[in-house]
Amino acid sequence: MKLKNAAIEARGVSRVFAANGQQAVAALDDVSVTINENEFFTLLGPSGCGKTTLLRLIAGFDFPTSGEIRLYGEDIAMLPPFKRPVNTVFQSYALFPHMTVAQNIGFGLEMLGKPRAEIDMRVSEMLKLVRMEDLASRKTSQISGGQQQRVALARALAPKPKVLLLDEPLSALDYKLRKDMQIELKRLQHETGITFIFVTHDQEEALTMSDRIAVMSKGKILQVGSPHQIYDEPSVRFVANFIGETNFLNGVVTKNGRVKLAAGPEIEAAGSASSGTVTVVVRPEHASLTSPAKGQLKAVVSNVVYFGTDTHFHVTLADGAGFMVRQQNSGGAAARLNQGDKVGVLIAAGTARILQD
Amino acid sequence: MAKLANTADAQNAKRNRWLSAPALISIVIFGILPLLVILVYSFLKPAPYGGVVWKFSTEAYSSFLFQRDIFDDTLQFTPDYLIIYARSIGFAIFTTVVCLLLGFPTAYFMATRPPEQRNWWVLLITIPFWSNLLVRTLAIMFIIRDEGLINHILIWAGVIDKPIVMLYTNFSIMLGLLYSFLPFMVLPLYSSLEKMDFRLVEAGFDLYADKRAVLWRIIIPLAKPGIIAGCLLVFIPALGAYVTPLILGGGLHLMIGDLIAQQFGSGRNWPQGSALALILMAGVLISLFFYVRNTTGKMHHG
Repeated sequence: MKLKNAAIEARGVSRVFAANGQQAVAALDDVSVTINENEFFTLLGPSGCGKTTLLRLIAGFDFPTSGEIRLYGEDIAMLPPFKRPVNTVFQSYALFPHMTVAQNIGFGLEMLGKPRAEIDMRVSEMLKLVRMEDLASRKTSQISGGQQQRVALARALAPKPKVLLLDEPLSALDYKLRKDMQIELKRLQHETGITFIFVTHDQEEALTMSDRIAVMSKGKILQVGSPHQIYDEPSVRFVANFIGETNFLNGVVTKNGRVKLAAGPEIEAAGSASSGTVTVVVRPEHASLTSPAKGQLKAVVSNVVYFGTDTHFHVTLADGAGFMVRQQNSGGAAARLNQGDKVGVLIAAGTARILQD
Repeated sequence: MAKLANTADAQNAKRNRWLSAPALISIVIFGILPLLVILVYSFLKPAPYGGVVWKFSTEAYSSFLFQRDIFDDTLQFTPDYLIIYARSIGFAIFTTVVCLLLGFPTAYFMATRPPEQRNWWVLLITIPFWSNLLVRTLAIMFIIRDEGLINHILIWAGVIDKPIVMLYTNFSIMLGLLYSFLPFMVLPLYSSLEKMDFRLVEAGFDLYADKRAVLWRIIIPLAKPGIIAGCLLVFIPALGAYVTPLILGGGLHLMIGDLIAQQFGSGRNWPQGSALALILMAGVLISLFFYVRNTTGKMHHG
């Protein structure tokens, strides 16, 4: 396997906003991350976690209080945005309302001083890439939200940036269109081979699209990894909680790889902790309901929520803790369970994990 | 059902017509009626002590360009009025351009302040409106006259030994016009810049436009409605300015406004005054028409 080049390297980046009379706020606190060439990299976190601040620092709209940002080895942290070979797709698209679709797409190339013929060629190439050939001469106010999104993408891709930054570009679209654009974005990234840095607060979007995800909270990156790693092997409670739904079980490590749960039995759980009180996470789909005799944990059904494709069973464990089991509606016996029924919970082998904290 | 809906629509339309009546009545009373009076007066003959004699005449219009020789009753071309019109237009254009050059950075500064500060800046800009234009114009006079503030300071500082003559010159008129009309430029510019989405500026920077390119290719085109409104609000009243040139020009440098006022006052030629006012208005309307047609045309073609 070829060793990948680093497209963006952030080293110890902090951004502190001095508030009038109040305590200064660190939007980014000593963040270091490496983003590889041709990667679809997602910054994921709740609003106010610093993901957009990091994106703006890479774009050049804002400058770090300390730390370095390297683009292919060159420190760009203090360059103005128009001197960085990096383009942005804005959350609100920020298309120029006084220009046509084609003029919007050609703007970057025009500013780079490219000859007219080259600009025209590149613009029609881009229009084709985002399937907007018919609307080249429209005003941007005369096209739909989804179309504006495509124009914004084409405009940012036209100057062939080394890195494309996307600031929650899909959040303004309705559900169906968002699904289509997710696939479209993946296709564009694949076809252009450009490094995408994607900012979102939508964990599902992050999981479906990314090569790697950085989960952020309170100005720090908590975990970086593939969607599988982030989902199946969360390292801290915040990540486990933020990505998908999770059951947290309290317990004590008895020996390496085994935890005695507060709710009763001792189970296998992967993780580094070898002693002390720990939290074990179990995804709802990794557990199943069975008869009380067969289950590892004894529980009482407290609520049943039907979701069409699957059903969520909320059960109460022996120690009073809540636990959720998600089962596909394949017509098994579980579907007939009611509130108050006594059940047993089975945790699939090798799925429980011990959190570091 | 359809019939019911139709009658409901008709009733709504009827009610809406009545609701617009107050606006229409005030437009007729305060806008159209006075204009009609002036239009009628301009085609009558002057009465010896002001007012009009009800006899049809085009004298008021022909005397704009020609003077009737008192001896042989022939018409001779006289450019006197034209010169005053040309000077007024020159002053008005100059005032508009300088107001734009001063007003744009001011408005941009205001629009880029934090939102909670902006209203204070707007308030500061409107403070001059709180006192009478006449008083403010007289104040300028006291500042720039030979024994005024500026000359006093310059002589005291030893920069000059004789006062610079500023009052009753073209300079003093321009200064007065600039001072009076600058807020009319700043406010519409501010309102269009304030509405501007500054993410578009960021998008410009992101797409390799430097500060200059962002200004010319993004900010100015987006502020265009404000620029047009500001220019109109300055140019049109500057063209008809009356008090400022009268006081600061000392009656030596007439502008159209003074000329028209003179016809109704000491000139005792009301038809002439009406005609001069209508000629000015026609000129403004025609140039506006072409201006608007050109700019909107350009906007359509992008």
